[in-house]
Amino acid sequence: MNDFLLKTEHMTMQFGGVVAVDDLNISIPCGRIIALIGPNGAGKTTAFNVITGVYSPTNGAVIFDGKVIAEDFPKGKMKRNYIGSDKSVYHRSVSNTPDVITRLGMARTFQNIRLFKELSVFENVLIAKHSHIKAGMLSATFGLNKAEELQMRQESDQLLRTVGLDHYRNDQASSLPYGKQRRLEIARALATSPKLLLLDEPAAGMNPKETEELSSFIKSVKDQFQLTVFLIEHHMNLVMDISDKIYVLNYGKTIAVGNPKEIQDNPEVIKAYLGVDEE
Amino acid sequence: MMKHKRNAILSLASLLLLFAYLYYLNFHHAQHGMLISILEKSAILALVAVSMNLLNGFTGLFSLGQAGFMSIGAYVTAILLIPVKSLDGVYYVNGINPALRSFKVAIATAPSWVQSIYPFIALLLGALLASALAALVGIAVLRLKSDYLAIATLGMSEIVRAIFSSPQLDGITNGSYGLNKIPTFPKMFGSLVPSMVTPFIITALCIAFMVLLIKSSYGRAFKAIREDEIAAEAMGINLFKHKEMSFVVSSFFSALSGGMLAMYMRSIEAKTFSISLTYDILLIIVIGGIGSVTGSILSAFLVTASKEWWLRFFDQPLVIGGWHVPLFRTGFRMVIFSLLLMVVVLVYRRGLMGSREFSWDRCIARVRSLFHHQDKRQERGGAQ
Repeated sequence: MNDFLLKTEHMTMQFGGVVAVDDLNISIPCGRIIALIGPNGAGKTTAFNVITGVYSPTNGAVIFDGKVIAEDFPKGKMKRNYIGSDKSVYHRSVSNTPDVITRLGMARTFQNIRLFKELSVFENVLIAKHSHIKAGMLSATFGLNKAEELQMRQESDQLLRTVGLDHYRNDQASSLPYGKQRRLEIARALATSPKLLLLDEPAAGMNPKETEELSSFIKSVKDQFQLTVFLIEHHMNLVMDISDKIYVLNYGKTIAVGNPKEIQDNPEVIKAYLGVDEE
Repeated sequence: MMKHKRNAILSLASLLLLFAYLYYLNFHHAQHGMLISILEKSAILALVAVSMNLLNGFTGLFSLGQAGFMSIGAYVTAILLIPVKSLDGVYYVNGINPALRSFKVAIATAPSWVQSIYPFIALLLGALLASALAALVGIAVLRLKSDYLAIATLGMSEIVRAIFSSPQLDGITNGSYGLNKIPTFPKMFGSLVPSMVTPFIITALCIAFMVLLIKSSYGRAFKAIREDEIAAEAMGINLFKHKEMSFVVSSFFSALSGGMLAMYMRSIEAKTFSISLTYDILLIIVIGGIGSVTGSILSAFLVTASKEWWLRFFDQPLVIGGWHVPLFRTGFRMVIFSLLLMVVVLVYRRGLMGSREFSWDRCIARVRSLFHHQDKRQERGGAQ
C-alpha cells in the first residue's frame, strides 16, 4: 500500500509568460480530505487540469497510485522562456489523456457543472459506467453482454439510491435544481469507481444550508466508497469543517500548508487570501 | 410490462403489414410503378439518413462526407455487377481493364450459388472499402470540431468523386462517362424475397443494427460525446476511439445505401454523388429531427414522395376555364417544395420528431385525446 495516493513533484504550468502553477508539491495520503484554496486566479483549477490530464505540465511530475501519470520538462520555445522557480530536473515525457487517468481511478467534477444535460439522471450515471465496459461494440450491440449491462444498470440504480437521487431517476438532468445537479455530478464521478475524487468548487453558488448538507454528503460518500477527496473550495466554513490538510496557493505559488487551525492563524494566508482587513 | 408487450406486438404487426403490402405491390407491379419506385428510393435514402444521423445527431460530429462514402459503395457495386455481355457497351470509349474483365468472366462461370450471393458480396465489399477509408480519414479529421470537421469531410467527399471520374481510372470506373447497365436488386433466399422487396429488407436490417447500437452502452457513450466532450472524456470515454467507431459504422451503411442506389438507378456517374446529394440527406435528417431515427425514416419517405410524386401536379400546365395559369410549368414543384420546407422548419423548429422517437404510447394517447375532444364537443352541442 502506498502512503500517498497522489503526489505532484515540482509541478509547474506556464502559459506564455504566465506561470499559472509554480513548483507545486502536494502529497495526498489515502483516505483523507485535502483542500486546495486560494484567491481567484491563483491557479487552483489549472492544477486540477494538469493532474487530470487536460494539460501536460510544463515541468514536473504527477504520481498517482504509485504510477507516474504525467511528467514533462520545458521544450522548444518554452526552454528559453521558462521562468518557473524550479529549474529542470526531468528528462522524459509521460502523458495520459483524461479518459485514461479516469480509468486508473481518478474522477472529477467541474467548476461550472458539466452534466449531459439532455439525458436523464439515470443515463448520466450509466454513461460513467461505460468507462469500465468489457464487451466490444458488436457484442454490446447484439446484446451478448446482458449480464454486464444488467450489472451496470443495477449499480447505477444503487448509486442513485445512495446519493438520494432515485426520485429523479428519469428526469432530464438539466431540469434538476442546482444543488441536486451538483450532487448528480458527484454521483456520476463516483460511477467510474474512483479511488480519488477531485471536486472543483462543489459548493459554488450554494446557500449556507445547502453547503452544510454538501459537507456531510462529502464526508458520508468518502466513508462509504473508501475514497480520498481532493477539493478546491471558496466556502471557508466547508473547507475548515471537512479538510484534514489545506494547501494555499497565491499567484501559482504555494504559500502555506497545514491543518485548518494552522491555516487560519497563518499571517501569510490572512494577508493573501483573507486580506480584506489589511486594506 | 403489459404496455411493453402491447407495443412490441403493435410494432411487429405493423412491420408484417408493411411487408405484406410490399408483396402485394410486387404482384401488381404494373399499376403501381410510381409508388414502388418512390418507396424503394425512400428506403435507400432512409438508410443513409439514419447512418448520417448516427454521426451528426447522436455523436454530434457534423460531417458532410456522406456522398463520398455512397459513391464508393455505388461504384464498387456497379463495377462488380455489370454483366459480362454488357461490358463492351458500357466501356465503349476506353475499353475495360483486362484483369477486371477476366475476373468478371470467372465469376460469370462460377457455380450458381456463388452467383446468387455475389451481389450481396459486392455490396458488402463496397461498404467495407468505404469503412476502411473512413477509418483512415478519421485519424486525421476527427480531431477537428464542428464546422472544420464539416469542411474536411466535404473535401474528402469531393476528392473521392474526383478520383472516380479521373481519366487514369477509365478502365475501371469509365471516367466521366459513368456506368450503366447495372442489374437491379437481387432476389434473396432463392426467390422467397422478390427483387423489389430486397432493398426494404436490407434497410430494415441495417437500421435495426444502428438502433441496437444506439441503445447499447456504446450508443450512450456517443450521446455523452454529443452532449459534452470534455465531461465525456473526464468520465473515462476515449473520445477518439468512440468517434472513429461512429464514423466507420456510419460510412459502412452509407456505402451500403450507395450500392443500393446504384442498383436502383441502374446507371451512375460521378456527378450523381456531388455535394448536393449530401445536402439532400442533410435536409432529410433536419426535417425528420436530428437525433431521431424514426424521424429520419419518416422524413426520407415524405421528402422523396413530395419531391418526386405528390408535387408533380405543379409541373403540369394548368388551365382553369380557358385561363392558362402562369407558373405551372416544369420546375415549379421545386419552388413549392422549398416553400413547404420553410413552413415545416418554421412550425417544427427541431424537425418533425425533434430528438424523440416514435412511440405507440404517445400515438395511442393522441388518438384517445382526439376522441375525447370530440365527445366533449358533442356534449357541449347537446347542452345548447
